[in-house]
Amino acid sequence: MLRLEPRSTQSFAAAWLSPLMALVLTVITGGVIFLAMGKDPSTALYIYFVEPLTTTSGLSEVAVKAGPLILIGIGLSFGFRAGIWNIGAEGQYIAGAIAGGGLAVYFYESESTLLLPAMLVLGTLGGMAWAAVPALLKTRFNANEILVSLMLVYVAELLLVHLVQGPWRNPQGWGFPGTRLFPDAATMPLLFSGKRVHLGTLITLAVPFIAWFILARTRFGFTVRVFGSAPLAARHAGVHGHRMIWQSLLIGGGLAGLAGVIEATGTIGQLVPNISPGYGFTAIIVAFLGRLHPLGVLLAGIAIAVTYIGGEGAQISAGLPKAVTSLFQGIILFYLLAFDLFTRYRIIVSSRATE
Amino acid sequence: MPELIIASVMTMMTAATPLVFAATGELICERSGVLNLGVEGMMLIGAVFGFATAAVTGNAPLGLLVAGASGILASLIFAFLTLTLLSNQVATGLALTIFGTGLSALFGFDYVGETIDRIAAIHLPVLSDLPVVGPLLFGHDPLVYLGLILLTGVAWFLNRSRSGMILRAVGDSDVSAHAIGYPVVLIRYTAVAFGGLMAGLGGGYLSLVYTPLWAENMAAGRGWIAIALVVFATWRPERVLFGAILFGSIMILQLNAQAAGLGIPAAFMSMLPYIATIVVLVLISRDAIKIRLNAPACLGRPFRAER
Repeated sequence: MLRLEPRSTQSFAAAWLSPLMALVLTVITGGVIFLAMGKDPSTALYIYFVEPLTTTSGLSEVAVKAGPLILIGIGLSFGFRAGIWNIGAEGQYIAGAIAGGGLAVYFYESESTLLLPAMLVLGTLGGMAWAAVPALLKTRFNANEILVSLMLVYVAELLLVHLVQGPWRNPQGWGFPGTRLFPDAATMPLLFSGKRVHLGTLITLAVPFIAWFILARTRFGFTVRVFGSAPLAARHAGVHGHRMIWQSLLIGGGLAGLAGVIEATGTIGQLVPNISPGYGFTAIIVAFLGRLHPLGVLLAGIAIAVTYIGGEGAQISAGLPKAVTSLFQGIILFYLLAFDLFTRYRIIVSSRATE
Repeated sequence: MPELIIASVMTMMTAATPLVFAATGELICERSGVLNLGVEGMMLIGAVFGFATAAVTGNAPLGLLVAGASGILASLIFAFLTLTLLSNQVATGLALTIFGTGLSALFGFDYVGETIDRIAAIHLPVLSDLPVVGPLLFGHDPLVYLGLILLTGVAWFLNRSRSGMILRAVGDSDVSAHAIGYPVVLIRYTAVAFGGLMAGLGGGYLSLVYTPLWAENMAAGRGWIAIALVVFATWRPERVLFGAILFGSIMILQLNAQAAGLGIPAAFMSMLPYIATIVVLVLISRDAIKIRLNAPACLGRPFRAER
């Protein structure tokens, strides 16, 4: 007979082994899926998980893709720790891109060095504003933040489509949806010529370390940790639930908005309808895979970014649909959640005779 | 003019039906104490496998069966993780939605642009030809009726039957139900599987009747709206129908307004169902006591049998 016995504290080893096990099992499952699709598994797996890391341009692309995932993932991990489920980061990302990018649309002839910093600030505020809606409705009217933040994703997507097809459409764009290309003053400087890695990627890399410091060393970080693990104790210690909801949604929204405007000013250089390949949703997986720990999120963001690039490579060279990537992402999360059993419980093997 | 109104009501019912299916299933699942946020993913899985079956065999009713069965299979992944491995229900539900989105897009890749013969509206001699009431009462497609029958059955089951009472007991106090001797985990597995069946059927309705074709992400948030409908209905099946019809009307209003060309940009009209969901959630949730009294007390909590 197998039975479960709760651990008094979470197993540290199991907590960090389970993401690795999840990744390994996802690769194996991926091989089986490729086999079922009639593709050579070893070639396909190589394209997905190894090839992106073998060339400098591949590495540059991984960094570009990991950036938004890490930023959003860090922001979400604050809320998830506190038990506040902001799953509308995709909408906050788009709102940030709209708010920040709008500035470049209106000042498309500007050469001011203030333009780019102003866009980053506006983008962050845009994401925060979008996240403020579920925060307000949750604290004032008790409305479920999961559903409200998610509904706002669709609203943001539709708003972006409307803007880039209508009032903000590039007059010289031959009717294609999309704004004017941003002026130089509104684009992130590239770090290396010929590669897409830009200044925004560097900003992104700093954020996990700042978040780690806040979480480990500040009073606010302490309250986040306590609120998530022991809400009642937190209440006795004077941590206010409403304030925690506001703080975690604003942090999540702000970082998602920042990611959106960095993507618009760095990688894309204009606003287009498909500004996100689902970063806001994938970042949820990144946050869990990184164990809601800032440095873990950094690593998880890179790992998931590899599958994005691999997915693009596989689409081109092996004719595999891009959707394989999101299938893998779902499978990773399934395995991770399954392995989490071992962090919270001990498996006891007992013979019936002893019962 | 009457023709226009009748046509609007008919289309409204087709827009409401996938929500009736998905919300009724989620309602049973939540009443047993399990919050499954994977409805959107299960709908997409049902939609794609149902459509593929119909496209390959030419048999749309068979496609519908497959849609329901694939919804059940998808829900069992969720059930195994949350009920046997005690994983977090919110995170697992999200994983199911992400998985379903990916799986359906991958599997449906070859079926984009294919067409099938949709499940046709019923036509009863004499009755369906009656003026006004004919089409309104006897002119829908069979699944509209199936949805209403299942909803009525669920309402009877929860309010009147002994098994329904046990299901509610499991959702309201899993520990006591277990102590009395009811198999809590097994009952929850069944409830989750019923939710999967209904979400699969709702998805199948989209690809086999409503459109009828397969397009990536074609559920377009209906799975999430269905979850919101359960809150809107304060976990009472009889109110699900009202909510689904409300949303069906909003979707039709939006389409008609776009067709009429009122000068409001199409994107803003398309936002209506999503904004309406938020408004409805706010209106119903502001009464915190009402929510607390009606919501299953164990909703979202993992249960582990102590001996």
